Amino acid sequence: MTPAEILGAAMLGALVLYALLGGADYGGGIWDLLASGPRAREQRALVERAIGPIWEANHVWLVLVVVVLFTGFPAAFAAISTRLFVPLTLLLLGIVLRGAAFTFRTYDTPRDEVQRRWGLVFSGSSLLAPMMLGVVVGTIASGGRGSFSAFSLLTGLFAAGLFAFLAAAYLAVEAEGELREDFRRRAIAAGAAVFLLAAATAAASAREAPLVFRGLTGRAFSLPLHLATGAAALLAFAALFRRRVRLARLAAAAQVALIVVGWGASQHPFLVVPDLTLESASAPRNVQVLLAWALGAGAVVVFPCLYLLFRVFKGERPFSAIDRARDGP
Amino acid sequence: MDDLLWARWLFGTSLAFHIVFAAVGVAMPLMMVVAEWRWRRTGDPAWGEVARRWAKGTAILFAVGAVSGTVISFELGLLWPAFMRFAGAIIGMPFSLEGFAFFTEAIFLGIYLYGWERVSPRLHLASGLAVALSGAASAFFVTLANGWMNRPSGFAMAAGLAREVDPLAAMFSPGWAEQVLHVLLSCYAATGFAVAGIHAFFLRREPANRFHLRALSAALAVGGAAALLQPLSGDFSARLVAREQPVKLAALEGQFATERGAPLRIGGLPDAEARRTRWALEIPHGLSLLAFHDPGAEVKGLEAFPRDEWPDPVKVHLAFQVMVGAGTAMALVALWGLALAWRRREVPAGRRYLLAVVLCAPLGFAALEAGWLVTEWGRQPFAVQGVLRTAESVTTVRGLAAPFWLFTALYLFLGAVTAALLWRQILHAPRGEEVPR
Repeated sequence: MTPAEILGAAMLGALVLYALLGGADYGGGIWDLLASGPRAREQRALVERAIGPIWEANHVWLVLVVVVLFTGFPAAFAAISTRLFVPLTLLLLGIVLRGAAFTFRTYDTPRDEVQRRWGLVFSGSSLLAPMMLGVVVGTIASGGRGSFSAFSLLTGLFAAGLFAFLAAAYLAVEAEGELREDFRRRAIAAGAAVFLLAAATAAASAREAPLVFRGLTGRAFSLPLHLATGAAALLAFAALFRRRVRLARLAAAAQVALIVVGWGASQHPFLVVPDLTLESASAPRNVQVLLAWALGAGAVVVFPCLYLLFRVFKGERPFSAIDRARDGP
Repeated sequence: MDDLLWARWLFGTSLAFHIVFAAVGVAMPLMMVVAEWRWRRTGDPAWGEVARRWAKGTAILFAVGAVSGTVISFELGLLWPAFMRFAGAIIGMPFSLEGFAFFTEAIFLGIYLYGWERVSPRLHLASGLAVALSGAASAFFVTLANGWMNRPSGFAMAAGLAREVDPLAAMFSPGWAEQVLHVLLSCYAATGFAVAGIHAFFLRREPANRFHLRALSAALAVGGAAALLQPLSGDFSARLVAREQPVKLAALEGQFATERGAPLRIGGLPDAEARRTRWALEIPHGLSLLAFHDPGAEVKGLEAFPRDEWPDPVKVHLAFQVMVGAGTAMALVALWGLALAWRRREVPAGRRYLLAVVLCAPLGFAALEAGWLVTEWGRQPFAVQGVLRTAESVTTVRGLAAPFWLFTALYLFLGAVTAALLWRQILHAPRGEEVPR
């Protein structure tokens, strides 16, 4: 592998983690927006408890992608920032309002109308941010120039749906009793919506993003990747129906990870379609080599710390796929 | 206004806003850890109360700092894509390392804020320390990047492109240590004095309140120590600027003509047309002495440089006066406090001293903002001193007034809410009889 490919893989890996962790935090916000039924209040409380200690750390994956992009591939960063000015600005608006409103809600008075008002800002921006993230990805992949195309808007909806699905699967593990049922049902519904949105996005890609479509259909890795993604999706559904929530969480995470990897692989070697590749946008080789080493060293520090964070707040076996009768909190 | 000016206004507003929260994020965790450490050591629950309440304030300020910092990282490309295309490879390294520092900061702040009842006292205190260290590391790395813009190094120019890039040489450009030290001390001094001022205000109403006394002592220890060291660091920085950015020195001193034994001008208003600075209090040979430690040294004036490479001496000179004035006042109050503490062997909490601390509360952040303006305005019209002009760095996207107003409204809103929430926290501070014993 060339250093450019190593950095490209590292960015894709960071995006996978951002989708799995930060994405689920946005999904939590979407479920705050859609909280309903007799346990709406408990649903919101669970979302708040689940993301409170971790959202700031989860958010850093995105910052990391940005800094690696502008250090390792400055031309791509400049092109993306110029072409996607509007969706990126709206993404920032969503990011700022989501984080600020979540924190303000936690520390403002517990009066109902105050909490509801912040909740609305928090959950509305939790929908806006992944939509814009999807639009950005869709526009980059389709070689667009920043106007909102049908394909990019569908990608935005798809991203929001995917994150909501992921969050519901995670929350089902963290909830108990009736509340777990609420999120289990929500995960199934969101999973179905994701399926429809995926089909619509793929159809739109045939017209508006030929390169993505070719990548999705015509490459050597296409079929096995689709099969794996489909298998993960089926496993997630089956596990949800059989109330094996930890297994469902793992399968949902695998599905999302495979979708992000699938996007990256179908676009390879382009960083920005149609004109900038990993190679043509590269910083000098020595910079990329040093950056790769820095990322390695950073990973050695960050991953154990992250494990500690999840170990403290997500129970004894934070990433386990097996349900046990007496689960830790 | 043209789009270049809107871009500068937007970026400047974003940084002016973020910088406050960033500085708090560097210093507040240290104070929080000092308070918790005192609590664990002495068992005095008033210290525990201080640590918990400071942690709540830190949580709000850190969240706003985290999201406003994200805005900056994107705006580097949204507003200055040509700058990033040129400089990304050269100074991306400190930004990448700052990303990891931000990571550990966010992780351990999560553990600290939500882990009071979940983790062992030792892990809790260690998490707080990790937040404090990561915050300082973030400031360290970001300042390295800014240092490179002031004193570019680690590359060679060929046909408008950077060649032979050496990211480590760029990261540690000459004078990096002076600038990092100055920035770090400013964070501790500004935050320490702002917090001390709030507690001093309440102590004037309720002199025996142990909660406020403890809080004042920790905030003054951090802020006062930094304020005392800052003039020394300022001397390092001034000599660095004199050596590396003579045009900036000329602008910030309102020095138009090149002269030996240049005077130090306190106050006054530079007049670029008449090429002189009026109404300043002039101390003969002062500038040569301070900038080169030699009363007869030659100081280059603005006239030694092409007119189109001048920063605006009015803005730079005035901002510099604000910074030095505020910093001097804080250093004197810190010195006074040190003398009082030395003589009486206790936290200085007399009414007159408390009043001085209250009056100093806004000065640290005024100095910090002014100092940042000095370094940024003083480098204009360049984004990278002598290499790349700000006008060459700006985006081709038009209509930047819209995002400017959008983000300005957003920052006003966030600032107002943050202030209201903090004010409410402060109003609920424990009264004398409520302080746990």
